[in-house]
Amino acid sequence: MGRIGYFFLYLCLAIVAVFQIFPIIWLFMFSLKDNQEIFSGSPFALPSEFRWENYAKVWEGGIGLYFWNSIWITGIAIILTVLLASMATFVITRMQWKLSKLVLGLFMVGLMIPIHSAIIPLFSMFLNVNLIDNPWSIVITYTAYNLPITMMILLGFYYTLPREIEEAAIIDGCSVHRMFFRIILPMTTPVMSTTVIINMIYNWNEFVFVNTFISSDKFKTLTVGIQNFIGQYMTDWGAIGATLIISVLPILLAFLFFSNKVVEGISSSAVKG
Amino acid sequence: MGLNVMNKVMSNKWIIALYVLPALLLIGVLIFIPLILTGYYGLMEWDGIGAMEYIGLENYINAIQDAKFWDSALHSFLLALFSTLSLIVYLAISLILASKIKGADLLRKIYLIPMLLSSVAIAQLWIKVFNPTNGMLNSFLVAIGFENPPAWLAEPSVVLYAIFIPILWQYAGFYILIYYAALKNIPESLVEAAKIDGATPLQIALKIKMPLIMGVIKVTVVLAVVGSLKYFDLIYVMTGGGPNGASEVMASYMYKLAFSSNDFGYGSAIGFLLLIITLIVTVIVRKATATKEEIQY
Repeated sequence: MGRIGYFFLYLCLAIVAVFQIFPIIWLFMFSLKDNQEIFSGSPFALPSEFRWENYAKVWEGGIGLYFWNSIWITGIAIILTVLLASMATFVITRMQWKLSKLVLGLFMVGLMIPIHSAIIPLFSMFLNVNLIDNPWSIVITYTAYNLPITMMILLGFYYTLPREIEEAAIIDGCSVHRMFFRIILPMTTPVMSTTVIINMIYNWNEFVFVNTFISSDKFKTLTVGIQNFIGQYMTDWGAIGATLIISVLPILLAFLFFSNKVVEGISSSAVKG
Repeated sequence: MGLNVMNKVMSNKWIIALYVLPALLLIGVLIFIPLILTGYYGLMEWDGIGAMEYIGLENYINAIQDAKFWDSALHSFLLALFSTLSLIVYLAISLILASKIKGADLLRKIYLIPMLLSSVAIAQLWIKVFNPTNGMLNSFLVAIGFENPPAWLAEPSVVLYAIFIPILWQYAGFYILIYYAALKNIPESLVEAAKIDGATPLQIALKIKMPLIMGVIKVTVVLAVVGSLKYFDLIYVMTGGGPNGASEVMASYMYKLAFSSNDFGYGSAIGFLLLIITLIVTVIVRKATATKEEIQY
């Protein structure tokens, strides 16, 4: 292939890159402008001065609380999901019992179902046990719905662990609990960190459960919170832009530092469909 | 003796139950029971709070005669069609990326960025992109000479296609990532052998690389179709299914029936149909893309 051919290929790739990234850059630019500049100037121009006060304004205006809710709900759900998924994956892949294949099958079916088909009964279940408008309904829902994907990422790693580790531990008189928590779990740190990142992205970005189960402003997470918030600032583009940038920043930072983990998690989560 | 002890310890029923039951209980109570209940609630006249009244298959019969439901189903299937067709573009990009391009690793990460954003953020961003007077798109169109670009999200005839764009934008990087990883797994020796035989890059891509990653392509077709049929978030936030139902999809129609009109019985029936349609289409797509012999490396 000649030089012109390569130039053409790079051009294609660059156009796609611009298409994928430019809307986000444009968002960042208008988050630093005021309305007058946005409405009269070119949308592609750099801000004449960087109005960071847009960020201060929305943070103090209520985004801070949503941000904190997102952090603790995401965090606790991640811990629960990864722990329970690791335990289940451990006994499914390493211990001998007749129903292990069937149980694994149940978890894998969980990968395929459309969540919207379950949301009405979930709502009425939570209503009956007084968990509507309670953030714990969100935590356990996130945990349940992320278990299948988390287990799928863990499975491959667990299958490849050598039998000798367990043999040695048991011959030394180690209990299964000790073996799991002290030996196996620490060995799975690389794949666990992948699942943590994937769970973080899913939980942080989740919308429909919070939108359905939470009505009080004080429990809302960022995704639903900014939805209301933007209602208030409907015409203030700078404030809307700042709100959106704040809401996506933690995930973008995680991607910046752990991009290989993200890539690994996303690709292994799709291998089997 | 060691092996005996090992087998005994590793098949201890109490430990197995202790480790697997919490997870199993969670998916049972929060995923499987609700799915079954959806079908059951579909047989009821119910406002979500008061008493349920059994009405047999009335909701399901109504759904089959409900033009709004079929419109929303048509929109969902159109999204599935566009998502599947867009896979061809992603495959082409991945083939370029995987052909010894410098910076391929960085590029595929850049492509992935939209997928990391929440649907709400994407929706709000694209509401601004599509803004009729100050949005990025119309400013660009006016700058290159279009006189009256459409008000994308307010125009019933274009709104559906307009919202497909951010959905494709969101997932492009995901599919490129999957294809790229599969292409990188192809043994270099196969490509080299074809080159020695005088195959052109295009022939190598179509005759050697494509067949070798067919398994992955099939998986992505299933993902694209099923993902489209149950798609909800972005559409709900951007247009709420409007204007006048022009961008309604199955999941948004179901959600509205239950949580805006308090028609939980009818909403459940639609939710159950959504589940059934998704399952049937999954089976059909799997069957349609199945081949008798899997390709060996």
